[in-house]
Amino acid sequence: MSADLTTISVAEASRRLAAGETSAVALLRAHLDKIASGDASIRAFLAIDEADALARAAASDARRAAGRPLSALDGVPVALKDNIAVRGQRLSCASKILENFVSPYDATVVAKLDAAGAVIFGRLNMDEFAMGSSCENSAFAKTTNPWDTSRIPGGSSGGSAASVAAGFTPAALGSDTGGSIRQPAGHCGVVGLKPTYGRVSRYGLAAYASSLDQIGPVARTVEDCALLLEVISGRDAHDGTSLSNPVEAYADAARAKVLPKVVGLPAEYFAEGLDPAVRDAVLAAADWYRAQGCEIRHISLPTVAHAIPAYYIIATAEASSNLSRYDGIRYTRRSERATDAVDVFAKSRGEFFGPEVKKRVILGSFTLSAGFYDAYYGRAQKVRTLIREDFRKAFADGVDVILSPIAPTPAFKLGEKTSDPLSMYLSDLYTISANLAGLPALSLPCGFADANGGSGKKLPIGLQLTGRPLGEAPLLAAAAAYEAAHPYAGQVAPLV
Amino acid sequence: MSASPSGYETVIGLEVHVQLKTASKVFAPAPSAFVKADPAAPAWAPGALEFRADAAPNTRVDPVVLGLPGALPVLNVAAVEQSARFALLTEGRVPDASNWVRKNYFYPDSPKNYQISQFPHDAIALGGRVEIELPGPSRNIMGEHKYIALDHAHLEEDVGKLTHTSSGSLVDYNRAGTPLLEIVTAPDLRSADEAVAFLNALRMMLSQAGISDCDMEKGQMRCDVNVSIRPRGDTKLYTRTEMKNLNSVSSVKAGIEYEVARQIREVEAGRTISQETRGWNADEGRNYLLRSKENAEDYRYFPDPDLLPVRVAPERLAELEKSLPERPFERQRRYAEQWSLPYTVTSVLVPDPDLASFFEAAVAAHPKNPLGIANLLVNDLLGALAAAKMQIAEGKRLNELTSDFGFGDSTENGKLKTENEASALTFASFTARITPKHIAELVALIDSGTLSKQQAKEAVLPDMLATGQTADAIVAAKGLAQSNDTGEIEALIREVLALPTSAKPIAEFKAGNEKALNSLKGPVMKASKGKANPVVVDELVRKLIAIL
Repeated sequence: MSADLTTISVAEASRRLAAGETSAVALLRAHLDKIASGDASIRAFLAIDEADALARAAASDARRAAGRPLSALDGVPVALKDNIAVRGQRLSCASKILENFVSPYDATVVAKLDAAGAVIFGRLNMDEFAMGSSCENSAFAKTTNPWDTSRIPGGSSGGSAASVAAGFTPAALGSDTGGSIRQPAGHCGVVGLKPTYGRVSRYGLAAYASSLDQIGPVARTVEDCALLLEVISGRDAHDGTSLSNPVEAYADAARAKVLPKVVGLPAEYFAEGLDPAVRDAVLAAADWYRAQGCEIRHISLPTVAHAIPAYYIIATAEASSNLSRYDGIRYTRRSERATDAVDVFAKSRGEFFGPEVKKRVILGSFTLSAGFYDAYYGRAQKVRTLIREDFRKAFADGVDVILSPIAPTPAFKLGEKTSDPLSMYLSDLYTISANLAGLPALSLPCGFADANGGSGKKLPIGLQLTGRPLGEAPLLAAAAAYEAAHPYAGQVAPLV
Repeated sequence: MSASPSGYETVIGLEVHVQLKTASKVFAPAPSAFVKADPAAPAWAPGALEFRADAAPNTRVDPVVLGLPGALPVLNVAAVEQSARFALLTEGRVPDASNWVRKNYFYPDSPKNYQISQFPHDAIALGGRVEIELPGPSRNIMGEHKYIALDHAHLEEDVGKLTHTSSGSLVDYNRAGTPLLEIVTAPDLRSADEAVAFLNALRMMLSQAGISDCDMEKGQMRCDVNVSIRPRGDTKLYTRTEMKNLNSVSSVKAGIEYEVARQIREVEAGRTISQETRGWNADEGRNYLLRSKENAEDYRYFPDPDLLPVRVAPERLAELEKSLPERPFERQRRYAEQWSLPYTVTSVLVPDPDLASFFEAAVAAHPKNPLGIANLLVNDLLGALAAAKMQIAEGKRLNELTSDFGFGDSTENGKLKTENEASALTFASFTARITPKHIAELVALIDSGTLSKQQAKEAVLPDMLATGQTADAIVAAKGLAQSNDTGEIEALIREVLALPTSAKPIAEFKAGNEKALNSLKGPVMKASKGKANPVVVDELVRKLIAIL
């Protein structure tokens, strides 16, 4: 019974809660039990305030008992990446500099989940300040991939994807700046959605790169992601970049499974460097759409070849400024060796930022420096405009969704790329353009590759679908159609 | 001072920071130093916001002001509208889109270690000008007027305040995030006096429009000056220095004069002026090097990704334009042209918008004698106000003044410091019980000969201010109506002329000394208890002396 509760979808949990077949407390306890027994090898969670979570679940059950559930999600557990603020809980961004910081306020997504009755719990591991693609940059723990614990879960939302894959929670929120939801979702065999920039409020998301960051859902089915998106989307007075377009019935769209008319296949995303197993799985997905009557159109997005340098210039520039507030003066940890104000800044940041964060802050500070701005930041913004234009043209020509891999290979081994940062950066090739162009994109499982070395373990392969601006509904529908016809989704990794 | 003693001309540009009047911070909902007294009124409406000086440290803050992780700036519409009003008031332009940049630098009073600001070309107010008046040859004579061009004004956020103690430094973020408009002039000013005149004109204009109170003591207006010198006749701009820490108008004047003298000294000694930032030490009356150009900070400006460009719709700009008062010097010129009022009167009426609108309303009620109304307000009423302030300053408590001037409602418990009470006593509070119509009627009584000016000032005005009674009612109650009864007045004059003491002035007057007549008219007025119409008295005294 308990194991059953940790493998069901959000939609199924919602149904059982509504039918009185289970309770929010039972649902939460089942997941907490599984975490207790399984997270020692996965290390998805940095912290869990069990008492707080159980109180939230009990309050949900009381609402049900009184006949006043707040929404279909009332009582469903949702775990949070450690860069999303919850009042009274630690918000560390997996960084030593924020190790002791407790947020005095709720992020807008948290307030919305709370208003829908979702049982918010746990702090999920991540790359420090969301900077990384493997979750290895966390200052506190190395999360592993539930399908093969010798491998990375992906990043930066590695804890979010791993916890959902392991059945520690039916759903989680992550954040995606250059693929940080989609790439770990792909590596962990779950569904992850990065919404259109501005669809979800960023208020309460500790900023990495403000013009690229979006919060999004991670779950085991497309419908579950749609259910969460409906709750967390919408205009927010606390975020000037949030969009006022009406929130659509995303879950209905996912259930309707309307196929796209035209699926675009960008040549640039199937070039060299792509693992044959990944290529085969992704192209097989394209074949499936063709078989359903969709037109498969070969397209070109010429500027995406420059996406990686443009991304790393823009993201690090914004990060260098966004992370300036972590200075040892007010709420961040202060170096005990500091003797004056300048020293507090330098020593606190020197001691408590990890190496990847320092590297990106230095890179960003450099590219924004007087005399270098035009050559770097200015040019990167021009590339960004061209990338946006490439996508705009493709959609204007009638492409409904763009189909591509999520990552060039399945999950790599822990430590495999830590000494080769460039190769790590290059693994973001397929995901960062959606952030630069502000487009909605999701990752869903499209097969498995055999892990090398005869371990017999299988590694999930992710398929990426990218949609039009604010085209979340048709995007989710296209993904749900594929999902329904394939056995990959909805699985929980066989923890051993 | 416009001509420096040597062959050098002074070139000055100012960067004036003014805190805008808004109820909340520029990018956060946290309260500013103003409390909304009238929630329905826009921030600039008189009485809409009340200044609250004191607040416990770090209470006017929220996640945004403190720069907590995840907090985002959201633009305060009121701050944008105040800035747009500034642009309109100074005849500048509000661009179609105005953008935000981050100015990155580390300092403990800056919560995010970057300041949200604007580039000059992208600023909320572009161009424009401010009319200034230089000191005239005397207080009563109008000085030269000129226009100072503005380069731009940009909107940004203020920082917190540091307090250094023996045990460490404390930081209070209450001020952080207060909307600041940085007004940057063209290098149009030619002397310290012009700089002072600019600050005074700016303060008069902005405070009247409710854009900023511009109180330098409260830090609502702060000024940096850029100074250079050049050989007279040259039009090129020479290397300038920037001076900071000029916290009062007198510091601005003294600081500029010091810096001009320093630069002349340097040049005369054969040295060059280097571009540097200097700080003013008001105690020592000298400035000192803060940092040289080589050590200038690199602020790593870039567009703020959290904020969208701001646009003010043309229809809204038109509405904002209507919310602006007449510019002070334009109003002053209108008074002179429309009503032939002298500078001595207009220069007093115009700086106080309450007084000026009171005056205009009184004129509307009694259009025949604007000058009479102006004189009564400027001389008698303001005289009484000054006297009341003096009394307060001398320690008299407000409630003791109640009987004299009738504003007892605002006395509270009389424990306020006399200083605060004196400054709280404004034209508006002093005249709280009367309307412009009261003054109009009073002047009409003088004009009709019913009251003498002296009676109006001494016997009617104080009662009016204290009780709010009309002039007619006070005159009737006190039996003050001026006597035009020639028979009665003639009898009084005959008595006075018969007095032995009158022999000398009569002789002197007959010998051609006009002034001697006053020694005769005075006792007559006194004998009539002030009621005799002085015009009638004058006429009859002359007539009776002639037939003596």
